[in-house]
Amino acid sequence: MPHHPTRRELLLASGVLFAWAHMPKVALAEGRDPRLLVVVLRGALDGLSAVAPVGDPNWQRLRGDNALTSDRALPLDNFFALNPAMPNLHRLYRAGQATIVHAAATPYRERSHFDGQDILESGMPRVGSAESGWLNRALQGLQPEGRVENRRAFAVGPITPLVARGPAPILSWVPPRLQPAAADTAARLLDLYRHTDPALAAALQERRDLAAIAMGGGMSLSPQKAGEKPTGPGAGNRIYFAEAAGGAAKFMARPDGPRVGALAFDGWDTHVNEGAADGRLALLLSALDGAIGAIETNMGDAWKQTAVAIITEFGRTARINGTAGTDHGTATVALLAGGALKGGRVIADWPGVADKNLHDGRDLKPTTDLRAVLKGLLRDHLRVDERALATTVFPGSDDVKPMSGLV
Amino acid sequence: MPPQRISCDVLMALDPSLQAALLVHRFGFVPKPGGLAAAGKDGRAALLAELEDPNAAHIADDDLMDSGEAFRAAYAERLSVRAERLNARNEAAAKPQMQTGDNAMPPGAQKQNEKRNLPQRIYREEARARFDAAFRAPVGFVERLVWFWSNHFCVSAAKGQVRTICGAFEREAIRPHVTGKFVDMLMAVETHPAMLLYLDNADSIGPNSQAGRRRGKGLNENLAREILELHTVGVGAGYTQADVTNFAKVITGWTIVRPKQDPERGGDFTFDPRFHEPGPQRVMGREFKSGGIEQGRAVLTMLAQHPATATHVARKLVRHFIADDPSPLLVERLAKRFRDTGGDLKEVAKTLVISPEAADPSRGKLRPPAEWVLGIPRAMGAMPGDINPLLQGHNLLGQPLWRPPAPKGFSDDSSAWIDGVAQRLDVATQFARRNPTQRDVREIASETFGPLLSNDTRQTIERAESQQQAIALLLMSPEFQRR
Repeated sequence: MPHHPTRRELLLASGVLFAWAHMPKVALAEGRDPRLLVVVLRGALDGLSAVAPVGDPNWQRLRGDNALTSDRALPLDNFFALNPAMPNLHRLYRAGQATIVHAAATPYRERSHFDGQDILESGMPRVGSAESGWLNRALQGLQPEGRVENRRAFAVGPITPLVARGPAPILSWVPPRLQPAAADTAARLLDLYRHTDPALAAALQERRDLAAIAMGGGMSLSPQKAGEKPTGPGAGNRIYFAEAAGGAAKFMARPDGPRVGALAFDGWDTHVNEGAADGRLALLLSALDGAIGAIETNMGDAWKQTAVAIITEFGRTARINGTAGTDHGTATVALLAGGALKGGRVIADWPGVADKNLHDGRDLKPTTDLRAVLKGLLRDHLRVDERALATTVFPGSDDVKPMSGLV
Repeated sequence: MPPQRISCDVLMALDPSLQAALLVHRFGFVPKPGGLAAAGKDGRAALLAELEDPNAAHIADDDLMDSGEAFRAAYAERLSVRAERLNARNEAAAKPQMQTGDNAMPPGAQKQNEKRNLPQRIYREEARARFDAAFRAPVGFVERLVWFWSNHFCVSAAKGQVRTICGAFEREAIRPHVTGKFVDMLMAVETHPAMLLYLDNADSIGPNSQAGRRRGKGLNENLAREILELHTVGVGAGYTQADVTNFAKVITGWTIVRPKQDPERGGDFTFDPRFHEPGPQRVMGREFKSGGIEQGRAVLTMLAQHPATATHVARKLVRHFIADDPSPLLVERLAKRFRDTGGDLKEVAKTLVISPEAADPSRGKLRPPAEWVLGIPRAMGAMPGDINPLLQGHNLLGQPLWRPPAPKGFSDDSSAWIDGVAQRLDVATQFARRNPTQRDVREIASETFGPLLSNDTRQTIERAESQQQAIALLLMSPEFQRR
């Protein structure tokens, strides 16, 4: 059965952002007010094209003409270099506000997108019928502060990413596509609904509140002006990514806004003509880089307390396939950005890309469990209890110690 | 059930014109100017009269192609495009000095490209015919039944060549039978090329058929499963995987004529015995002896007569017309009528209309986007020359015409549509901006809603700061949103 888009997807294009009414209370008691935004890249990002091991003697042999080399890429340290499509991330890295974890993977070792995303987002050690995601379960351990109690009625449709699904209440926001109706008409209508039809009033009110926050205050990357059409290759993605991520940041920056959010970007399954330097992947990475910039800008002062975790279900084959792309692989990168990070580092127990070092003779070998990274962030940034992390958030992960010192 | 303003149950019983307005809104489209007056004080009579009109569902338009013609025309277009491209390539190869990038396109080629894309042009013509029919209908009860059944037996324009023939499908397989027998509609639908392509039966091959043994290709269960699960008995009716598989074998060979093999008949339905799985099959406890196409017809007849089909259809009808949470009593009453009349859909529709639940004053159902969008030209009393805004309205609000997300069709639950209400405001505002009217909006409101018009809505419209704003508020009023 193919994927059938839900009504909400049809209605609202390809993405949804949501966040919780829950607040990290322990962190607040410490005088911090941390934000965590999780960005899931669906389709499996080629970590080697995003962050290339230019110092590995086997690198150029492995990728040949497709290898990003130090003369083209942005230097990170004397071994790794960043794809040139990501100047924002590079700037943040140099300012100590971005960390890259390489050769990381979930415990999943097969190569199905569906199952891989299931493991990535559920936090379960095995593919199953998990109905909730690790981010949601992590939030359950935090005390609800209830500051946004009026805005959690926005029901989330079936495309809520699994990572965010679960018992903790969610509110959702979706970037608008139409020029919004005149505010005055909406206000009059709302007044009419309040007197005649409370259900319609609720539906209109929620949507208006959220749209007002997202559109108000002059979003610096304001994407959709009336009648303005995106131009140039990849412009649609660039605008959408910036709008979705920047809108999320606007909510989370507010004093009474949610503190944890998640969103997903599709399109990373680069089997054919990957174009790491100047093709499809470069455009996607550029759009992602723009999204990071939009988050930074719109977070404002809250950027100092922000961590953004950009993760994907698995990596891609170390070698280029017969159609100038890469197939489903294993280890990849996790990109962390935010003012809260102790950044400026590439964290990797580098396995090497010589033939004999490849996982199954084809993929970058995983040497870091992605759960260690996520557990470290949840523990040290949001103060999620370590025991809960090993049992309910990432069940069966006793052996995977939270990575220390990320923030 | 969302609370509703109407709290005048007692008055309802006393005021026949209020009840008539309620029935016309619930079972028809948004009334046109004069529509409520024409229905008078007996809403049921107006609905029943439409059911008795033998031509109510018929679209008389000689320019519309039947599905075979449309299929062949689209096929011919594809061939000619390919031939032209080949010609152009040969010419370019013969004159290499002429290669000049952007200027290589011969004059007029752009125009030609616009003329092409026949499937899309046919789709739009069919859309216009459907919209015109909805606009023309006096009350629109029969037209609403067409929409209901078309959604029950949905196909999707998003799948390959179905776009070319999805409109013809509705005219050929649904419209002739909406006030006829269910079994006839079922036969027409399951043998229609659009359905056979949409649910992959056109390529399903019996493993032991002549073609199956030669090519090693096989069965596709998609159509068989959806007939059971969605079209007839419904989930929970007790069929097993073996029933699905056996039924799929029964309908192997139900396919379309390949245009390459027979240009005259390409795209028509055919029973191809070379694809057909030989031998008897057991489906839902009954043995069906081999007999070519008749074997499948016998299974469909059995399914049409199955009591679970009556209940499944009855529940969907009640959910569509009356309430998200269908009353079991009413469902059983409809199901019984269905069984007693051998699936006579006119009799079932009558039973629905004359039931006491039909006049329930709590108007809890939200009009789905398609009904709301078509309500706009009806209320304004004018069909736009350009149907693009109507099609876009369908798309923006999540109910693209003949393009449901899954074989289950679009949802009939109000809850599925309610958070799109804010987008409706954007559509309504745009419509009002583009379509200034000289008519008094207060008058339009009273023509459209009659006694259903609340004081709150009337005042809100009266106090609007402009004509445009008044129209947007009219289109967004609870009376316009709900039925």
